[in-house]
Amino acid sequence: MFHWLEQRPFFFAVAVFLVVAFAGIIEIIPDFAKQSKPVVGTKPYTILELTGRHVYIKDSCNACHSQLIRPFKSETDRYGMYSLSGEYAYDRPFLWGSKRTGPDLWRVGNYRTTDWHENHMWDPKSVVPGSIMPAYKHHFTNIADVETAYAEAYTVKAVFNTPYDVDINGDGSVDVPLGTWEEAKARALEEARAIAADMKNQSVKDAVARGEIPEIVALIAYMNSLK
Amino acid sequence: MQNGAKIEYDYSVAKAFTFATILFGIIGMVIGVVLAFQLAFPELNYLAGEYGTFSRLRPLHTNGVAFGFTLSGIFATWYYVGQRVLKVSLKESPFLMGVAKLHFALYFITILLAVVTLFMGITTSKEYAELEWPLDLLVVVWWVLWGVSIFGLIGIRRERTLYISVWYYIASFLAVAMLYLFNNMAVPTALVSGYGSILHSVSMYAGTNDALVQWWYGHNAVGFIFTVPIIAMIYYFLPKESAQNVYSYKLSILAFWGLLFVYLWAGGHHLIYSTVPDWMQTMGSVMSIVLILPSWGSAINMLLTMKGEWNQLQTNPLIKFMILASTFYMLSTIEGPIQSIKSVNAIAHFTDWIPGHVHDGVLGWVVFMIMAALFHMAPRMYGREIYSKSLMETQFWLQTTAIVLYFTSMWIAGITQGMMWRAYDEYGSLVYSFIDTVTVLQPYYTIRAVGGLMYLIGFLMFAYNMYKTATAGRVLDKEPVNASPMAA
Repeated sequence: MFHWLEQRPFFFAVAVFLVVAFAGIIEIIPDFAKQSKPVVGTKPYTILELTGRHVYIKDSCNACHSQLIRPFKSETDRYGMYSLSGEYAYDRPFLWGSKRTGPDLWRVGNYRTTDWHENHMWDPKSVVPGSIMPAYKHHFTNIADVETAYAEAYTVKAVFNTPYDVDINGDGSVDVPLGTWEEAKARALEEARAIAADMKNQSVKDAVARGEIPEIVALIAYMNSLK
Repeated sequence: MQNGAKIEYDYSVAKAFTFATILFGIIGMVIGVVLAFQLAFPELNYLAGEYGTFSRLRPLHTNGVAFGFTLSGIFATWYYVGQRVLKVSLKESPFLMGVAKLHFALYFITILLAVVTLFMGITTSKEYAELEWPLDLLVVVWWVLWGVSIFGLIGIRRERTLYISVWYYIASFLAVAMLYLFNNMAVPTALVSGYGSILHSVSMYAGTNDALVQWWYGHNAVGFIFTVPIIAMIYYFLPKESAQNVYSYKLSILAFWGLLFVYLWAGGHHLIYSTVPDWMQTMGSVMSIVLILPSWGSAINMLLTMKGEWNQLQTNPLIKFMILASTFYMLSTIEGPIQSIKSVNAIAHFTDWIPGHVHDGVLGWVVFMIMAALFHMAPRMYGREIYSKSLMETQFWLQTTAIVLYFTSMWIAGITQGMMWRAYDEYGSLVYSFIDTVTVLQPYYTIRAVGGLMYLIGFLMFAYNMYKTATAGRVLDKEPVNASPMAA
């Protein structure tokens, strides 16, 4: 059998491929649809939150922080309710991470405030003595790319039916509006103003007043949305 | 060409990839050492503004080492081993020569672009699949070129039977092609919406599904880049260097098909206690244990190849490199399954034990085997004796010590952290705040950084030795048959 295969590269390659593909077919395909059903109450990210998620990804926050609470008492005591599959239905990509150099952030919106995040990103040691996290001062000056976040929201709505502009819970109002780029931009700025009002960094406040959104504002919007 | 005439192998592409292996090895490992020191001394994050933080550099390190260093090493050995075991020279086919050169050129450009984009923070955030879609497409192009090179050379071969190493190269090519394509499926957002950055894309899969596909890919990237092609190398270079036959042909067959079948199931062990269905977690756990059999099968086959010839360890440092690589392969493939046991995983997951595990595998097995392969190839490619045996000996001991420092410190750090996270006092409250579990690791981070630095120094010694071999080694009048000649 193997002597025969060894001399026939084509059949050899086919055999290899079948053996290799087998596990994926069995393991991945059957549960695909079931795993992507959202839990009741799960909503897509607003444009500002999505912009913040891009900042989170750009600076690879997921290299040190997980967003997955395992079903252990020590984790639910520390971070809150353990994670459910349906909570991640609108997470593209998933951001579970693989290493906790810092704590989990999946429900950080429940126990940290805008003010805390501002101090932490400016100088982590000021709020957590002994922290080895770098400061992210450039988030206070870099202007966030809201347009790409809009592009993503538009795309997932068009391609994957992510429920933007939809009444998800049936109370008669649209849960997460998207609209045109102009509308989305205006709404993001409005959200940004509310966050900047809770911040103390004057240059950030000035930027938002000018109609610009520094990365830190978007990032905090995202952090606060994780509940 | 007449039958019986000596085949003139062409090493130009193998040499180009050898250069890339060393270059990206140095870059990737320098960044790795910087990262290690940043964890021990956080002030080092501020050396280069936003481009120097741990978080920006970390994907650069993994990509640089996995896809810059390791892939280069795999391609370098393919363009050397492929010709030899198939008894055909690249020179005989101008087409395949062109394919090979284009493969190198596009590959090299991709890695350079990867460095630039990752520095800029352009990343999909999926581990080992961080590159954005235009680069992914480029990867697909040169991966296909590699496939053309493999099957093209096979097509014009003179040796009828495919040697074991070729099996492993084929498996690596096919499996990575499948994994990479599926995991990187994404929709470029600017093309759909007309807004935003052209480089941005959004994953085809969401949440739990995305995690499942990602770790099916992520774990098997380890399988088909860090394992399968490296086994291809040891199956060629160890018997060749030591003049011994592979111990057991049957064991080779069993280990090969066993590895291919089982490996793909094991990805689920990255998702234990996550939100993926329980049966998948259990499969991941069980199959990881089963994976010990084919892994140790290959490793034992290699060790037994040296049966009765252990004295070669004393006379030939190249054999020492390869045997140590096999040993670290065994260590790493017993450690992985242990970490996949649910109760162990509950402590180990998310801790430093994981990078510890990755690094005893990569530093001890992958890098050692690639260095040994390149050392073996050098006298044949450049027609010169290896420049210095004593330098190689020193390098060997320095790097071996470095690996031990690395993984022991990370084992202790990981288990300490895992235990502290779950410690309760008599009243049922958590004993430690998170920051306590960070600051306690400082000494271990320092030891790891020192180990990493020693390893890097060893790698620079390797690079220097290779450079001197190519330029200043004593010229050989004929190609060595087995043991590589080296100056004291």
